[in-house]
Amino acid sequence: MALIEARGLTKEFRIFRRREGVLGAFKDLFHRNYRTLKAVDGIDFIVEKGEMVGYIGANGAGKSTTIKMLTGILVPTAGTMQVNGYVPYRDREVYTRGIGVVFGQRSQLWWDIAVIESFKLLRRIYDVSIDDFNWRLKRFNDILELDKLLYLPVRKLSLGQRMRCDLAAALIHNPAILFLDEPTIGLDVLAKSRIRDFLKEINREYRTTVILTTHDLGDIEALCPRVAIIDKGKMLYDGSVESLYSHWGQDKLEDIVKRIYQGHRPGSVKGVKKGGVGLA
Amino acid sequence: MHEGNSLKPAPQTHFMNRLLLYLELVRMEFVNNLAYRASYFTGIFNYSIQIGAYFFLWDAVYSGQRVIGGLNKEEMLTYVIVAWVVRSFYFSNLDRRVGTDIRDGKIALELIRPYSYQMVKFARAFGEAIFRMIFFALPAGIFIYLIRPFGLPPGWHNTLVFLISLLGSFVIYAQVSMLAGFVVFFTKSPSGVYKAKRVVMDLFSGLLLPISFYPDWAVKVIKLFPFQTVSYMPNLIYLGKISGAAAFNVIGLQWFWIAVLALFSALFWEFAVKHVVIQGG
Repeated sequence: MALIEARGLTKEFRIFRRREGVLGAFKDLFHRNYRTLKAVDGIDFIVEKGEMVGYIGANGAGKSTTIKMLTGILVPTAGTMQVNGYVPYRDREVYTRGIGVVFGQRSQLWWDIAVIESFKLLRRIYDVSIDDFNWRLKRFNDILELDKLLYLPVRKLSLGQRMRCDLAAALIHNPAILFLDEPTIGLDVLAKSRIRDFLKEINREYRTTVILTTHDLGDIEALCPRVAIIDKGKMLYDGSVESLYSHWGQDKLEDIVKRIYQGHRPGSVKGVKKGGVGLA
Repeated sequence: MHEGNSLKPAPQTHFMNRLLLYLELVRMEFVNNLAYRASYFTGIFNYSIQIGAYFFLWDAVYSGQRVIGGLNKEEMLTYVIVAWVVRSFYFSNLDRRVGTDIRDGKIALELIRPYSYQMVKFARAFGEAIFRMIFFALPAGIFIYLIRPFGLPPGWHNTLVFLISLLGSFVIYAQVSMLAGFVVFFTKSPSGVYKAKRVVMDLFSGLLLPISFYPDWAVKVIKLFPFQTVSYMPNLIYLGKISGAAAFNVIGLQWFWIAVLALFSALFWEFAVKHVVIQGG
C-alpha cells in the first residue's frame, strides 16, 4: 500500500449568501440562502514513500483544502484516504505524530518565547528522546544555521529566519511525511535556495516524503520530479515534470502552467493516467 | 543513517510523557506571565475599585438591619472580599482564547499536534492562575486585611476544604469558559458570547450576590447548574456556614459537575471539529 492513498477525495463547503440592504439582512434572519461550493472534487492522489511532489494550482483551486484533509484538520465530505496507515481526521492524535506541517503564512512557534523553548516543548509533545533531539538539532543547525536564532523570541525574527526555524520545528520528530503549504512565500532568493537545499538534504537522508504547495515554480523545478495540478477542485494533471515538458514542447514551466490555468489542454495530456508515475 | 522515520512511543511511557508535557505548559505559562507582570498592575487597580465599591454598598445596605439572607453585616463584608480575592485566582479568559483560535483559524495549527487541545488550554490557564494566586490574590488579601481586618475561617478544617474547593472553582470556571469559546465555531461573532458567559458566571456563581439573597424559585433554578459551586459554596465554607461532612459534599458536588462538563465539552468538541471550517488559507 502506498504511503498516501486518497481516492475520490471531495470537500464541499456550504456558503451563506447574504442579501443586500436592511431588508435583505432582515430576510436573512428567517431564511438563509446557501450555496454549495466544491472546493475539492473527487481527486485521486497516490504517493509513495520518499517522493517529493509539487502540488500547484491557482488561488482558490483547492490546494490548501486538500492539504488540510490530508493532515487531518478537515473531514472530507466524500472519498476515502489512508495516510501512513491511518485515516487522518479519525486517528488525528496518533496520526499527527508521524507528520510535520509548515504553513508559510503562519508560524507554529510560540510567539513570545525563545525559539529553543518552542523546540523543547515540541520535544515533549512528540516524545523525542534527548539524544535524537540533540542530534537532529545539530544536523539542522549545520544546514540552516540556526544557532544565532535559537535564543531570540519568534517575533524578533525576519520572515526568512522564521521559516528556517519553522522547518526545523516541523522535522524535530523526524516525521514520515512533511506537508509544506507555500513554504517559500515572501522569501528572498537566498533564503529560498537555502530552504530548497535543506529539503533536498532531508529527503535524501531520511527518505522523508514531501508534499509541497507553492506558487513559485522554481520550487518545483528545484525539488519535485513529480507535479500535480489542481484547478477548480479537479485534478488536471498528475505526473512527471519531464512529461509535462515533452507534451508542451520546450516552453518554460511557467508558461506551460499559465496555459493550463487558462484552460488550454493539449490532447495528449488528457490521457495521462492519474496515480502517479513511480519515481521513488 | 542511524534512524528511520519512526513514530509510536512505548505505551507505558506515554501517559507519563503527557503529564510532563502538561506540567511543562503550566510552567511555561507561569514564566510567560512573569515577563508581562506590568499588565497586572492595572488588574490590581480594577480589583481594588470593585472590592471597595461593593464594600461600601453592602455597608449601606446593612444600615439598621442585622441579618439578610442568613449573613450578618460582618459576614457579608468578608463574603465580598473573599469572593473577589479568590476570583482573581480561578478566573480565566479561555472563552476569548479559544474563540480567537477558532476565528483566526489558528485552531488548524492545534489540530496538527498529537495532543488534546482542551488539556493544553487548561494547563496553560492553570499556569496563569497559579501566577495570579502568588502575585495577585495573596498580596491583595494580605493588603486588604491590613487596612480592614476581615473574618478568617473558623478552623483549620474549613480552611483546608476551602482551599481544596478553589481547585474545583478553577476547573469549573475554565470548563464553562471553554464551552463558551466553542460556541464561536457556530456563531463566528464572539463578543456576545464572551459577555454572556461573564454575566452568567458573575451572577449565578454568587460573586455579585449570595445565592441566599435570590427569591426561592430562582434558588431552585440555580441549584440545577454548576455555577454556585464556583463562588457561593466555597465562600460559605470559608465563613463556616458549611462545615464538616457538608463541606466535603461541596467538593463532591464540584467534581460531579466537572465530570458532567468534561463529557459535555468532549462531545461538543467532537461534533464541532467534524464540522469545522478553518478560516483563511
